[in-house]
Amino acid sequence: MSQETKKPRISERRRFFTDLAHHAGLGVMGVLLWAGYTEKAKSSPLTLRPPAALGENDFLKTCIKCGLCAEACVNRPQNVDRETGRPRPGTLKMAKAKDPVTIGTPFFNPRDVPCYMCEDIPCVPVCPTGALDPAKVTDPKSGELDFRMMRMGLAIVDPNSCIAFWGIQCDACYRACPLLDEAISLEYDRNPRTGKHAFLKPVVHADVCTGCGLCERACVTEKPAIFILPREIALGKAGAHYVKGWDKKDQQRVEERIGKDVTTHDKSSSESPEDYLNRGLEF
Amino acid sequence: MGMNRRDFLKTSAAAAAASAVGITVPQEVQAAAAKGEEGWRWDKAPCRFCGTGCGIMLATKDGKIVAVKGDPAAPVNRGLNCIKGYFNAKIMYGADRLKVPLLRMNDKGEFDKKGKFRPVSWKRAFDEMEKAIRKALKESGPEGIGVFGSGQYTIMEGYAAQKMVKGGFRGNAIDPNARHCMASAVVGFYQTFGIDEPSGCYDDIELTDTIVAWGSNMAEMHPILWSRVTDRKLSDPERVKVVNIQTYTHRSCDLSDFNIIFAPQTDLAIWNYIAHEIVYNHPEAIDWDFVKKHIVFAVGPRNIGYGMRRAGEKSLKEGKYSAKEMEIIKKEMAKKISEKEAPALAPYGVKAGDVMKMQPGTLAHWMISFEEYKKSLEPYTLDYVAEIAKGDPNESIDSFKKKLKMLADLYIEKDRKVVSFWTMGMNQHTRGTWVNTLSYNVHFLLNKQAKPGSGAFSLTGQPSACGTAREVGTFCHRLPADLMVKNPKHRAITEKKWQIPEGTINPVGKQHIMKIHRDIEDGLIKFAWVNVCNPYQDSANANHWIKAARNMDVFIVTSDGYPGISAMVSDLVLPSAMIYEKWGGYGNAERRTQLWRQQVVPVGQAMSDTWQWVELSKRFTVKDLWGAYPPSGPRKKPLPSVIEAAKKMGYKEDTTMYEILFANDRAKKYTLDDPVAQGFDDSDSRGDHRNVIGSDGKPFKGYGFFIHKYLFEEYAWFGRGHGHDLAPFDVYMKVRGLKWPVVDGKETAWRFNCKYDPYAAKANPGGDFAFYGPLAKKLFSGDLLKPDKKKGKTPIPNKAKIFARPYMDPPEMPDKEYDTWLCTGRVLEHWHSGTMTMRVPELFRAMPEALCYMNPKDAKAKGVKRGDLVWVESRRGKVKARVETQGRNRPPQGLVFVPWFDEKVFINKVTLDATCPMSKQTDFKKCAVKIYKA
Amino acid sequence: MKWSNVKYLILRRIVQAALLFLYFAGNYWGWKVLQGDLSTSMLLDKVPLSDPFAVLQIFATGATLGVNVLIGAAIIALFYGIVGGRAFCSWVCPVNMVTDLAAWLRRKLWIDRIERKVWITRNARYYMIVIALIVSALTGLAAFEVISPITILNRGVIFGFGAGAGLLLAIFLFDLFVVKNGWCGHICPLGGVHSILGKYSLIRVTHTSENCTLCMKCKEVCPEVQVLGMIGKRSEDVAKAECTNCGRCVDVCDDDALGFHIRNYLSK
Repeated sequence: MSQETKKPRISERRRFFTDLAHHAGLGVMGVLLWAGYTEKAKSSPLTLRPPAALGENDFLKTCIKCGLCAEACVNRPQNVDRETGRPRPGTLKMAKAKDPVTIGTPFFNPRDVPCYMCEDIPCVPVCPTGALDPAKVTDPKSGELDFRMMRMGLAIVDPNSCIAFWGIQCDACYRACPLLDEAISLEYDRNPRTGKHAFLKPVVHADVCTGCGLCERACVTEKPAIFILPREIALGKAGAHYVKGWDKKDQQRVEERIGKDVTTHDKSSSESPEDYLNRGLEF
Repeated sequence: MGMNRRDFLKTSAAAAAASAVGITVPQEVQAAAAKGEEGWRWDKAPCRFCGTGCGIMLATKDGKIVAVKGDPAAPVNRGLNCIKGYFNAKIMYGADRLKVPLLRMNDKGEFDKKGKFRPVSWKRAFDEMEKAIRKALKESGPEGIGVFGSGQYTIMEGYAAQKMVKGGFRGNAIDPNARHCMASAVVGFYQTFGIDEPSGCYDDIELTDTIVAWGSNMAEMHPILWSRVTDRKLSDPERVKVVNIQTYTHRSCDLSDFNIIFAPQTDLAIWNYIAHEIVYNHPEAIDWDFVKKHIVFAVGPRNIGYGMRRAGEKSLKEGKYSAKEMEIIKKEMAKKISEKEAPALAPYGVKAGDVMKMQPGTLAHWMISFEEYKKSLEPYTLDYVAEIAKGDPNESIDSFKKKLKMLADLYIEKDRKVVSFWTMGMNQHTRGTWVNTLSYNVHFLLNKQAKPGSGAFSLTGQPSACGTAREVGTFCHRLPADLMVKNPKHRAITEKKWQIPEGTINPVGKQHIMKIHRDIEDGLIKFAWVNVCNPYQDSANANHWIKAARNMDVFIVTSDGYPGISAMVSDLVLPSAMIYEKWGGYGNAERRTQLWRQQVVPVGQAMSDTWQWVELSKRFTVKDLWGAYPPSGPRKKPLPSVIEAAKKMGYKEDTTMYEILFANDRAKKYTLDDPVAQGFDDSDSRGDHRNVIGSDGKPFKGYGFFIHKYLFEEYAWFGRGHGHDLAPFDVYMKVRGLKWPVVDGKETAWRFNCKYDPYAAKANPGGDFAFYGPLAKKLFSGDLLKPDKKKGKTPIPNKAKIFARPYMDPPEMPDKEYDTWLCTGRVLEHWHSGTMTMRVPELFRAMPEALCYMNPKDAKAKGVKRGDLVWVESRRGKVKARVETQGRNRPPQGLVFVPWFDEKVFINKVTLDATCPMSKQTDFKKCAVKIYKA
Repeated sequence: MKWSNVKYLILRRIVQAALLFLYFAGNYWGWKVLQGDLSTSMLLDKVPLSDPFAVLQIFATGATLGVNVLIGAAIIALFYGIVGGRAFCSWVCPVNMVTDLAAWLRRKLWIDRIERKVWITRNARYYMIVIALIVSALTGLAAFEVISPITILNRGVIFGFGAGAGLLLAIFLFDLFVVKNGWCGHICPLGGVHSILGKYSLIRVTHTSENCTLCMKCKEVCPEVQVLGMIGKRSEDVAKAECTNCGRCVDVCDDDALGFHIRNYLSK
C-alpha cells in the first residue's frame, strides 16, 4: 500500500472518465476491425442463392445459417442415387471459409449441381427466418407453390464460345431446360457459308428463366458457354420515363415512378436561371 | 515462341470460328494458327456416329488424334457437326479402353464359364475360340455358330466376317444390329422396287416444298440433316411446309407447321387414309400415265403373326417363359380380331371376334387389280381413321381430323413436291414392312417418287447400315450386293468369286438376330461372336438372352473398344481397334460410300475386327469345315461335303481358310508399294511398332499385302455392272464420298429416274422411269383374298408395286394392369448403347441418365413427381428410371418414352421381342407397361 | 478412476456427441430428429429451436424475421432461463470440447503453474455482445455469426469442414498458451448471452461448507473459477451467472461438499 501512495492520486471522477475513454476506445477499435472484416465477409455479388431468396442485402441480414434448406434439398425423396439409394450431392451448399460467399449461407454452383426445380420446392418452406420467402414462389391465385416463379438467376449465352453459334448442332442447353421452348428457345438462322444448313441458336427468355442452371450443367464446352448470373448482375434496366407504346403491360414496369419527384439535376441545370442569365456573354 | 500452347489453342479456335462465320481473320492470327499446326497431320474421314454420313477432318500428332474439324468440303455437312461429331477426337481415349484379351478363368488358369475375367494372350484367346467353334460345329453344325454383326462394321470388316462365316464355316447365322434398325425399310425396298436402298438423296431437302417426318425425331437423330430441313424452311417459310407425325411431341416438332400425334401402330391407317383421300376424293390427282406405265398393284397375306416365338419351340416347351409372357406370345399362333382393327380387315373378309390363325411371316405377294386395291382402301374414311388414330386424349377429334385433312392435302396438292422421311418409328414396327410400302403407295399414285425434291426416303440410324450391313450383306439371308443366300444362282456367283467349291454356301439363311438369341436360349448355337455392337443391351426382352448367355452351354466372345453389357455377359472379351485406328469404309443413308485411312496405331494390343477374323481363319482347314453336316436348326436337309470338290480346285485337306479366303493369289496382287498405302499406318497389312503377339504366339508383322484394298475391291466387284457400282478404292481416298451407282466416274443422285440414273435410262430407253430392281419381278395374280395360281406368273420388268396393306393391332396393347404404352428411342447426346459417348465427360454431363418422359397428368394420376424414381414394369421385366414431365419429349397421356442408351436404365429388359414378321425387325416402339413409384 | 469422479464429464460428452451425431444424421441420412444446426434446428420436424443471440443480431441488422425463428428463440431462452442456466456452454456447445481439451492439457503440461498476468477481463464477453450488435447494425450482417467458431465447428460436422477449421485450432492454441479458459471464460459473446439468460435458472450447483476439506480441486478444474468464491466459507448456491453447470466441481469433490440443487425461490 505504501508504494501505491507514492503514485500521484487520481480523482475518482477523473478515473471514471479515463476508464470510460479507455473502454470506448477499445470498443470503437473493436467495432471498426470487426465491421471491416464483416464487410469483407460478404458474398461475391455473383453468388447464386436458393429459390425465393430475398435480395442479397436482405438475405444476408435475415439468413441465420441453419442449413435447413440445404438439408431439405439433399434429402428430398427425388434426390436418391439410382444405384446406391443414397442421396446425390445436394444443389444447395453451405458456404465454407474458402468459398467467395458469406460463411454458413446457402448457395449453389450450377456447373457442379444445378437446381432440379422440384415441384414442391422443399428448400423454401423450411426456412425459419423468412430469408427464403415462400410468397415469392407461391401462385397468388391458387396459393400453391409454383416452381416457375423461381428466380435464382438468369442464363447468359456467350455467343463466341457457344458452338451452336458456329453452326454445330448442339443445343444441349435447350434440351436440358426444364422450361424448354419457354425459358430457352431456338432461334433459326440460315448459314450463308454452307448455303444449306441452319443455325439453331439458343436464346434465353429472361421473363421465364428461373436460373436453375440445368443448361450450364449440360453445356458441352470446356468452360460453359451458357451460365447463370444473379439477375441483378445480368439484367439492365430501362428508364421509367418511357413506356412501350406497343405493349399494354409495360406500364407495370414503370409504376415505381408514381409519386416520385420528376425534377432532374445535372451540370446544366445546377445553376439557377438568374445566375445563368446574369453571367452574360463576352462581346 | 511468343505464344504458348494455350494462346495457340485460343487463336486457332478463334480462326476456325471466324472462318466458320465467314469473318476475315487478321493475317497475324492466321499465321499463328498455321504455325501452331506444324506437326499436325490433317486427313479426312466420315464421322463415327449416325447414318447421316458427315465428313470430318482429323488431326494427328505423335500417334494420337488431337483434334477434329468438320470437313468444309464434305457435301453432307459442309464443315458442320452435331455434338457427337464434335467429340469424335475424344471417343477413342476413355481411360478404360480394352487393351488386352480377357478370358473367364478359374484359379488354375483354365477357362471357366463361372470364372472371373483375367488377361490372356491373343494366342490363348484364339485357342479358346477355336476349341469352342470346333465343339459348336460338332454338336450343331454351321448353325451352331452365331455372329452378332453390325451396321457399324467397316465395309472391309463386314466383308471379311461375311466371307469367313458363309464361305468358311458354311453358316448363315451372321446378322447385324442393323436388323433392329432398318430391316423393315430393306424389305419395303425389295418388295416395292426389287432392290435395296433409297431412290433419292439428301439434295431432296433443298429441292422440296414439303418435308413430312414420320416416326422420326430428325432434330436429335439426324441433326445435320435437320439443320438442312430448317434452312429449307427458312428459305421460303410460306411455301415450305414441315410436318411431324409421331406418337409423342419431340424436339423436331418445334419447327413444324403442324404436328400429328397418333396412337401407336395407327400410322398404317393414316397412310391408308391419305391413299383413300386420293383414290376416293381426288381421283384427278392420280397420275394415271405414270401408274399405268410403271406400277402394279399387289397384296400379301395378313395372318403373318408378330415375329415372336411360335408354339413348339424348345424354350417355350421347357417353360422358360412365364404365364404373363405367354398371354402375349400365344397371339403368334392365333389372334381374336378386335373392334378397332375389324373395319380395316373387312375388305379381306374378316370381322370382329373372328380368330385369325397365324402362319409364320412370309414375303409372298401377288398382283391385284386397281379395283381390288381401291376396295382395300374403302374403310379408311376420315371418321374411322381419326377415331382409331388420335393419339392425344386431350386433343379434340375435330382438330385431329383437320390435321389429317391438311396432311392429305399437302401430299395431293398439284405441283407441290413432297419428301417423306422416316426412321425407327416406321421401321421398328410389327408391321414395319407394310407401313414402309404404304409410304411409297401415296408417292407413286401422285407420281412424286424418284424425282428431285419428291420421294419417300428412309433415313438410316447407323453409319454403315447401308454401306456394310446392307450392301456387303452381313445378314443371315444375304450375300453382297443384293444377292440372296436362298437363290442358287446367287450362291454360285459368290462361290465362283470367292473361289470356293460350288455348294459350299449354306442355302438356308434364317438365323436373324433375334433368332440367334433364341437359338442360344434353345441350345442350338454354341458359339457366338459379338462384333462392333452391344446386342445384350440393344435387344428387346434382354433378360432372356442374358440368362441364356450365362446359363446355356455357349461360348460368347465380344470384340469391343470398351467394356459394356455384352462384354460383361461374355466368356471372352477381345480388344478391338476403334474407327480411326484402322483403314475403313462406311456407306450412309443416301448411298454415299466414304473411305478413310488408318490415322493412328491402336491402343494397347487392340487390333481391328478384320484382323481378328483373318487370324481366326488361320485356325481352320478345308477338312475342318467343308465336310458333310446333318440337318440342324432351320436347315432341314443335310449339307453335303465339298472337300472333294475343293481338292479338284487345287486345295488340299489342310489348306487353311486364311489361304483360300484372304491370303490368296488375287489378294497378294494388292501390294504394299501401292502409292495409296503410303504415309499411313496399316497395322493389319504391315504390322506396327507394337509388335503385337499374334494368334500364332509370334510378333505380328503384317499380312504382307494391302488387305483392305483387296477386300474392298473384291466386294465392289459384286455390285459393278448391277446397279450397285462403286468407284475404285483409290478414288474414295480423294473424294468426300460418292453416291452409288457410280457410272463412268459419276455418282447417281436419283435412282430409277431415267434423267439421272444411267441404269434406268438403259432399262427404259426414252422413258421417264425404270424400277429395275430384279427381285420378285414375276407374280401370280389374284384378288385381295388369295392368288389364282392356275394362271401362272406374270413378269413385271421395271415396275414398282403399290401394296394393299391393312391396319392391324400390335400384339401387346395397354390393358387394365399394364395401362401405359412404352416407346423407346435415342437422344442426341449419346450414340446407341453409350459405350463411346458416355465416356466423353462433356456428353455424359449433358445427359447423364436416361429419364422416363411422362405426361404431367399421368404423373399426377400415378402420384409421382418430376425427379421421382419409378419402376417401369412390363410382363417381361422392370427397370427403375427417373420421371421427367417437362423435358425434351412430351408424351400424350397414356404413353411414356424411355431412351435406351443408359445401361443403368436397362429398358430392353422391359421391351417385347415382337418383330415385323417379314423383316424380323424388332418393334422397340410399343409395348404395355405399368408405372409406379420406386 | 471412480465413476463418481467423471460422471458429469462423461454425461456431458455423451450429450454433446449425441447432439452432433443427430445433427449429422439430420443432414446425412435425413433423420428428422434434429435438423439444421445450432443457430436454428427443427426438433422432431415440428419444434423450432433458435439461438437467441443470432436472432438478436438479425434484429440489429434491421431485418424482419419469420415466426418460426422467434418461437425457436423464445423456447431456447425460456428453457435455459428457467431450467438450465448456462448449461448450453458445457452440455451442448461443441467448442467446449476443444477448450476443455486445451484446459486439460494446460494442467497436464504445467502451463498453468507459470504465472502470467491475465490481460483480458472476464467481462470482455459482454463488450463483445454489444460490439456484435453494433457491427450487425452497421454492416447488415449478423456479425458474430460470420466468425463464430461454434457454428463453424457445428456446421463442419454436419456439412463438412472447410478452411474455417483453422479458427478452431487458433482458439485451441489461444486457450492452451495464452489465456486459461480464454475463449469460453472471457471472450465468447454467446457464452455471455447464456450467462445473462441463465442467471436465475432453477438448476444450480450448491456448496455445503461443513463437508469441505479445502482441497481446492474444484477451483483447479472450474473454468469460471470466480463463481466459486464461497468454497469453504459459506454453504450456498453458486449464484454468479457465469457458472456453466458443467458439474466438474461436483465430479472432483470427494467430500460431498458440492452437488446439483434446484434453487428454491420460495424459501427466500
